Amino acid sequence: MACISPDGKPTESGSKMLRALQAGLKSPEEIAKEAGLPLFRVRSGLRELSQAGLAKQRDDRYGLSEKGAELIK
Amino acid sequence: MEEIKEQIGHMPRIGEPAPAFEAVTTHGKLKLEDFKGSWLILFSHPADFTPVCTTEFIAFSEIHPELQKRGVELLGLSVDSVSSHIAWARNVEEKTKVKIPFPIIADLNKEVSLAYGMIHPGQSKTETVRCVFIIDPNQIIRTILYYPLTTGRNMDEILRIIDALQTTDKNAVATPANWRPGDMVVVPPPNTQEMAEERLKQGYECTDWYLCKKKL
Repeated sequence: MACISPDGKPTESGSKMLRALQAGLKSPEEIAKEAGLPLFRVRSGLRELSQAGLAKQRDDRYGLSEKGAELIK
Repeated sequence: MEEIKEQIGHMPRIGEPAPAFEAVTTHGKLKLEDFKGSWLILFSHPADFTPVCTTEFIAFSEIHPELQKRGVELLGLSVDSVSSHIAWARNVEEKTKVKIPFPIIADLNKEVSLAYGMIHPGQSKTETVRCVFIIDPNQIIRTILYYPLTTGRNMDEILRIIDALQTTDKNAVATPANWRPGDMVVVPPPNTQEMAEERLKQGYECTDWYLCKKKL
């Protein structure tokens, strides 16, 4: 897991992505730019965050789930 | 041996879509499609903690900033575990101060190695040879290089190929032997007699109608 540690907490790159999602729905390209991460890392990270229930996908854009928003409060 | 021969029956070729994969890497689980829109250099090495591979990983890390300027990502691979890759990368950084900035596939089940024809049983049945697959933003294989276990790769040539492919795509030209950025490029040969006659009047530097060069 690149975005979530075995203890369930987001890694540094996972936190960067979650913070980038705070302002609303964004494309992977926008998240990569805002988080300063390579696009391939963001695409795989979004899969991981979605599977963990921390991010949600709407069409080609991603946002925070309630669980994700709670985690980075 | 027969089983391996059967598994390597299909070797990817230039111009074909790169075989899709989902693999465990040092940067998490990655799919080929995660790299869509970027150029990708997928390369294999025989094993972690070996001398030639270590020099190559340092060299790939050193050209990483130049590759990034050209929109190219790097992805390494060997038939080793993620723990081994992590330990090796940390060791390289500790001993040489070079941080390996790109992901490395841990291809323990050889799924990716076999899909890309990276196992050459005549060299080794368990290790990958030194392959380089240059994959374009549409995920088409554009270049394949194979080096034997004993010969480390040439980073200048890898950068030169990237420059040549990107120049070719942008300008619909070809690049001659030993071409370097800034050198003259080859104009595609004419397809008809009329075009051949016209070609010589177009102001290119022509040796003959089929070999004309121009400055970009």
